[in-house]
Amino acid sequence: MLRYILKRLVSLAMTLLVASIIVFLVIEVLPGDPASYMLGLNAQPETVMALREELGLNASKPVRYFTWISGLVTGDFGISYTYRTPVAEMIADRAVISLPLAVYALVLSTLIAFPAGIIAATRRGSAADVSIMGFSQLGVAIPNFWFAMILVTVFAINLRWFSAGGFPGWETGFFNGLKALTLPAIALALPQASILARVMRSSLLDTLGEDFVRSARAKGLSVRQTLWRHALRNALIPVLTIIGLQFSFLLAGAIIIENVFFLPGLGRLIFQGISQRDLIVVESVVMLLVFAVVVVTFLVDVAYAVADPRLRSR
Amino acid sequence: MLRHRNLVIGAVLALAFLLAAVVSLFWTPFDVAEIDIANKLKKPGDSIYLFGTDHFGRDILSMIMVGARTSIAVALVAVGIGMLFGVPLGLAAASRHGGVLDELIMRTNDLVFAFPALLIAVMITAVFGPSAINAIIAIGIFNIPVFARLTRGAALSVWQRDFILAARVAGKTATRISLEHILPNLLNLLIVQGTIQFSLGILAEAGLSYVGLGAQPPTPSWGRMLAESQTMISFAPHLALFPGFAIVLTVLGLNLFGDGLRDYFDPRIRRGSR
Repeated sequence: MLRYILKRLVSLAMTLLVASIIVFLVIEVLPGDPASYMLGLNAQPETVMALREELGLNASKPVRYFTWISGLVTGDFGISYTYRTPVAEMIADRAVISLPLAVYALVLSTLIAFPAGIIAATRRGSAADVSIMGFSQLGVAIPNFWFAMILVTVFAINLRWFSAGGFPGWETGFFNGLKALTLPAIALALPQASILARVMRSSLLDTLGEDFVRSARAKGLSVRQTLWRHALRNALIPVLTIIGLQFSFLLAGAIIIENVFFLPGLGRLIFQGISQRDLIVVESVVMLLVFAVVVVTFLVDVAYAVADPRLRSR
Repeated sequence: MLRHRNLVIGAVLALAFLLAAVVSLFWTPFDVAEIDIANKLKKPGDSIYLFGTDHFGRDILSMIMVGARTSIAVALVAVGIGMLFGVPLGLAAASRHGGVLDELIMRTNDLVFAFPALLIAVMITAVFGPSAINAIIAIGIFNIPVFARLTRGAALSVWQRDFILAARVAGKTATRISLEHILPNLLNLLIVQGTIQFSLGILAEAGLSYVGLGAQPPTPSWGRMLAESQTMISFAPHLALFPGFAIVLTVLGLNLFGDGLRDYFDPRIRRGSR
């Protein structure tokens, strides 16, 4: 087990290393010089040179890469070119919106998908099954940003239950913050819940056809007891993998949803960084998102191996 | 026929939009480039404009037809890129299973998967500027590992079969076996996955155009129509409804078609069991 985890850790580190080089190289070819962008059109060439020197833009590419990457590892993300504030602070300010949003959406999607998938699988072929599957087919086809616009029109503009966008800040109270994230989280959760409900249903159907389920029934357990004590536990393994994968979709999907709701999260920070040539901000946010995805994938792999020893040998 | 209900409904929906896209090449009810302020924001059915007009007086139906062309072209080429690179990579990895090449291809796949598709798109458009071509490249890059992984997995199981052994005994090279015997056995699977990636591509294109990273004005695209409608949704909801329905129906059609094809190709999968 330990060997498996170590092996996965090495591959995790390799992935992050190569990813960081790619991100650095890609962002480095961004057209436009941050220094001249910051100083405006009328800047003297000497001033631009001085600022380039100050920002460390004159150093060679490998030197700049190592400065950036060693900073990332020690938590020093550098100083934003545009705002002259530490990037780590900017990211922290935005992450308190994006991360709770992704987690909120994940919780909603699980809360919808589990009962839906279980009902569909246990009453296969019934009207409930057919309508749940129909809804899930529709759920994956609806673009989440369009669904978000409909939610805003109905619940913010017409019913006035929620605000149409923006974020009041957690300091105004936990529930105010949660309320502002509710419509975005629902919009993000819908397609994920549809996918998850389908996975839950098919995984549970597979498990319900297994011999051990028949044995459990034969030894006298009720359908309900068999379902909760035996079938569901085994059916959850593939479902957990999908939940792990969905986390990265939710983080990335938030980039678009944050735009619909004018939420000042990480996604908006990336767009802002790109339009202002704030390379260091873009690099760091992209790297952070990649880090989150890779770590979640790693955790899912390990959880999977704990649950199913056969996978460790791979 | 009724047994393949999904296949038929899906094919009809998908073909309808394909037809709209093709027809838009030489005919649309109105010129989408023509600005006609006198007729702006007409409600659907109010006038000669079936789906109404936008804030510039452009006909929504015509824009949706041309938008179908943008969406379908972007998604189709992106799937093409994914298959063109992904399938040979997957075949090569499977033919040298466990070798250095296999390991290299699979690790590169893991790497691409570490970047959520949207992040790839944001990075590419950040560097090269937003355009339909860059949206295609971004979605295409994400499709490569999808096809590589699928092809490798399926090819590995075909390699175990007896007729492959026969081909090897006959002295055929790994490349020839891959092309002549493995690939034909994967076609069904690839077509089904292609349909699914096609529908995902349409959603991705819509999302990218919505945030301004896809096709640029004046080329109409469904995503940008939705973005432009956002500020007017309270008094002109038709601006948001029609492009949205166009996306939903196209994606739904392709998904049903893909599901239907899978059932059709593989009778062992009982209808509705998955």
